Amino acid sequence: MKLYRAHVLVCGGAGCLSTGCKAVLDRFTDEIKAHNLEEEVHVVETGCIGTCDLGPVIVIYPEGIFYKEVTPDDVKEIVEEHLLKGRLVTRLLYERPVSGGQIPFYNEIDFFRKQKRIALRNVGMINPEVIEEYIARDGYIALGKVLTQYTPEQVIQVIKDSGLRGRGGAGFPTGLKWEFTMKAPGEEKYVVCNADEGDPGAFMDRSVLEGDPHSVIEAMAIAGYAVGASQGYVYVRAEYPLAVQRLENAIEKARAFGMLGKNILGTAFSFDLEIRVGAGAFVCGEETALLASLEGKRGEPRPKPPFPASQGLWGKPTLINNVETFANIPAIINQGADWFRQIGTKNSPGTKVFALAGKVNNTGLVEVPMGVTLREIIFELGGGIPNHKRFKAAQTGGPSGGCLTEKDLDQPIDYESLVAAGSMMGSGGLIVMDEDNCMVDVARFFLEFTQDESCGKCTPCRIGTKRMLEILIRITQGKGEEKDLELLEELAQTIKNTALCGLGQSAPNPVLSTIQNFRDEYLAHIRDKKCPAKVCRALLQYTISSELCRGCGICARECPEKAISGEPKEPYFINQEACIKCGVCIEKCPFDAISLI
Amino acid sequence: MTETCCRSFSEEQYRDLDKVIAQYQGKPGGLIPVLHQAQLIFGYLPKEIQIRVAEGLNVPLSEVYGVVTFYSFFSQQPRGKHTIGVCLGTACYVKGAADIVEALEEELEIKVGETTANGDFTLMVTRCVGACGLAPVLTVGEDVYGRLTADKIPEVLKHYQKTEA
Ligand SMILES: Cc1cc2nc3c(=O)[nH]c(=O)nc-3n(C[C@H](O)[C@H](O)[C@H](O)COP(=O)(O)O)c2cc1C
Ligand code: SF4
Ligand code: SF4
Ligand code: FES
Ligand code: FES
Repeated sequence: MKLYRAHVLVCGGAGCLSTGCKAVLDRFTDEIKAHNLEEEVHVVETGCIGTCDLGPVIVIYPEGIFYKEVTPDDVKEIVEEHLLKGRLVTRLLYERPVSGGQIPFYNEIDFFRKQKRIALRNVGMINPEVIEEYIARDGYIALGKVLTQYTPEQVIQVIKDSGLRGRGGAGFPTGLKWEFTMKAPGEEKYVVCNADEGDPGAFMDRSVLEGDPHSVIEAMAIAGYAVGASQGYVYVRAEYPLAVQRLENAIEKARAFGMLGKNILGTAFSFDLEIRVGAGAFVCGEETALLASLEGKRGEPRPKPPFPASQGLWGKPTLINNVETFANIPAIINQGADWFRQIGTKNSPGTKVFALAGKVNNTGLVEVPMGVTLREIIFELGGGIPNHKRFKAAQTGGPSGGCLTEKDLDQPIDYESLVAAGSMMGSGGLIVMDEDNCMVDVARFFLEFTQDESCGKCTPCRIGTKRMLEILIRITQGKGEEKDLELLEELAQTIKNTALCGLGQSAPNPVLSTIQNFRDEYLAHIRDKKCPAKVCRALLQYTISSELCRGCGICARECPEKAISGEPKEPYFINQEACIKCGVCIEKCPFDAISLI
Repeated sequence: MTETCCRSFSEEQYRDLDKVIAQYQGKPGGLIPVLHQAQLIFGYLPKEIQIRVAEGLNVPLSEVYGVVTFYSFFSQQPRGKHTIGVCLGTACYVKGAADIVEALEEELEIKVGETTANGDFTLMVTRCVGACGLAPVLTVGEDVYGRLTADKIPEVLKHYQKTEA
């Protein structure tokens, strides 16, 4: 490969695409040509670098300087100052959210410094469309090693020894699953990658597929060799067109390089991959529903056992793993089970990628060793809560999980500790909420989601979640009664015990966890008919402060319902019966005399 | 072949569909990929097209219908020139996505699930498009807009209204 004196990495991840990174990339290509630097500087379009809210983001090597919010008009200056004269363009450097101050170096920014990248080792570092860049970073070495030096049993032993657990939510030991599939009787077997990523607020798998598709392809081929499959499928959700496109491109390149197809790397092993695109059903992330969908049917789950490892796709033994689980495999083969075990905790070795979003200063993707605390993630990597607001809760595990609160901030995070705290690891969505979020409303939100996505096959899920949702809606409208909390808890237990699949069984979790942690907030809605976070509109009242009101009458004229009245120069009043809570009066009052309580 | 009932689909569209069907004939699990392609070709999946797919792939129409109605991505109604999808995923929701939906409903004078009278826009909600770092987010076709506030909505819409004029 050619050597350059500098590399400009321009993030081409989904976030940065939406803020205009293509134009930045084009401008770099033009400016570098205009300055005759084509032989010296290489421009690379990468997958998500991680700090999506600062996009378009670029990193310039060898120094590793991080520039944020780069516009096409900044490019000329970066080329002339940074690349030609070696001077930093300071106005584009990263600034610390709370304590202030600029940090030029990528690996000194808290958000990156505290990360340990295994699954994301290449994401944001290489051009995902160029297989040579993957190969240059030890890509396909693991596959070669396995095919020429390991028996399938030895591969499985390494994975078992590593202690890797499924990153799709349940945390099942990956090596065991591989072993079950290998040992299941049958000539024909399949390997399936679950890239349905349904948890709303999570985008780890998307980033891997878009930023480093070959790591998944390589891992699936290794898995095929280990379990004895010659065909694999990647099931990608329809909302990720770019991931599908990059993966398609990567599969073609892998075939052209002999990493997929007949007689891989000249051995007797053959394996090929096909992509299948989902069609907008959350329940298809559940493995048995996913397999039904792959077969071209309605994505309805079925009872387990039999598990897919013995009876999966078309009734054949099938190994199904999540994208991030697969992305770890080549690194484990290359660096060994012991190396992997040194990272993370005893029962949850390795790292976990979290999609950090919501009310936090640095949103984006972070990969951290298992065992870090929520405080480190939110307040160090994440830079804390914006606008000096107070941290209230963090939701993990999506619609199947629960919320973690102040008291959990210093708990080391792994599969077991999250369950003990009343939540779960889930796929890695981590949504931060501040004092302005109402936890009753959040519970209602999740239940509305699961109610919407219930496939309807079993009654506890279909009817039970509906009943729970009705109660929650009542509470947010101020029509709740104290016995509603017990009723919710009762219904929750029944659904958990009797629903057919994980969707239904876990649907009550967000409700239970918010009742447990924020009972007072529920009671405020029920007893006092108040929403302390001022979210539930039906419980809010517009009121005029008699001290601040100057009696100008503007609000009364603007109110569409004529709900405001008063005498000139005297304080005005709002007739609460007539008020429709449109908020016009607040906007119009020149003296800020109207507020929501 | 020529029982084109009510819609003005072109011969070419039918030919394209038949090509897709031929590609998946006899291959197990081909129904969903064929429906994806069919929706790309025709914009939606009316009964007529479902029948053609059923016959072409030799699966019962009831199964095709069952699949079309199960998955929210498939539509039996024609959609506007541009489909707007407002993300109501968790990250977007906690950052005020509900206000964005409201602003769009007001601006377009339609409710979620409806299409504007001029056929320009269909308003839908989606559950996470994977750009959560930029929440709240909406998509128009394959374009993604992030860090939205209600007052940015008219500006976003303008991009698409202009190109139509
Ligand atoms: C309702 C529901 C949704 C799920 N969604 C996903 C998903 O989007 N992605 C995923 O990898 N696993 C999902 N799972 C978990 C899968 O059923 C399965 O456990 C996982 O794909 C196994 O892979 P792993 O062992 O590598 O984690 C879901 C489970 C349930 C019950
Ligand atoms: S629990 Fe819900 S989603 Fe799962 S099978 Fe039953 S109805 Fe369907
Ligand atoms: S607009 Fe403000 S100051 Fe004027 S009457 Fe209304 S509340 Fe009072
Ligand atoms: S998309 Fe560019 S940093 Fe995430
Ligand atoms: S929650 Fe809206 S993009 Fe993920």
